[in-house]
Amino acid sequence: MRPIRRLLPHPWLTTVLTLVWLLLNNTLSPGHVLLGLVLGWLIPLLSLRFWPDTVHFHHPLALLRFIGRVLWDILVANLNVAQLILGKPERLRPGFFAIPLDLETELAISLLANTVSLTPGTLSVELSPDRRTLFVHGMDVPDPAATCAEIKLRYEAPLKEVFEP
Amino acid sequence: MLEALLSLLILAGALFTFIGSLGLARLPDFFTRLHAPTKATTLGVGSLLIASAIHFSTQGEGLSLHEVLVTLFLFITAPVSGHLLGKTGLHLRLPRLGKQADGGLPPGLPPG
Repeated sequence: MRPIRRLLPHPWLTTVLTLVWLLLNNTLSPGHVLLGLVLGWLIPLLSLRFWPDTVHFHHPLALLRFIGRVLWDILVANLNVAQLILGKPERLRPGFFAIPLDLETELAISLLANTVSLTPGTLSVELSPDRRTLFVHGMDVPDPAATCAEIKLRYEAPLKEVFEP
Repeated sequence: MLEALLSLLILAGALFTFIGSLGLARLPDFFTRLHAPTKATTLGVGSLLIASAIHFSTQGEGLSLHEVLVTLFLFITAPVSGHLLGKTGLHLRLPRLGKQADGGLPPGLPPG
């Protein structure tokens, strides 16, 4: 392991932790910037066993586009689910379906599972032990195969591009 | 003008939070009920947080960005608790609605 890697094993985690510290304190004073940097450097070092893999981002722009798309979809999801709740419950067509995964890294899979849960009418409920299949419950899915294909195209493909090119 | 916008945001937030809670009472089975709190309330809480951020940023004490953090934590925690509840529901074999064949159920569940 190169010395820089040993001193700073997770540069992204350090950045995020520092930003969270500054947001928590709602300040940009030099003292807090310094304290945030120290915490952001120490916490990944002390919790090294929890983060065996280093995270690599490959297309920052694709990640931003993905975040924008997910935020928009969350808005639509909320209106959609509100409409389903207010409509007749008997008209719902709920059901489970399986999504075969192309993603392999833990971070990408958990991001996909979270995204699925936050977006229209779907909720991830189980990941198979071999991490090849994600099981999803849909609130109103007339055509599970189409929903599955849409999730793969809309969320899994960009995540794969960003984390596992 | 600002107050009208804030009131609108708070009312919208209250409305969506209410619809989310209403879903718990109205939806037919455990799994569809899970969708209500993980989604409809996100927008409700989101509107309230935007209103809060605008209000406290215009009080003359500088930008208020705590709300960004609340949003971030909400987006991280809501799906995780939903996932665990759903998983538990599956393994306890809770009764579920669904006219189609459940081709998507994970194998190895305890018999019902």
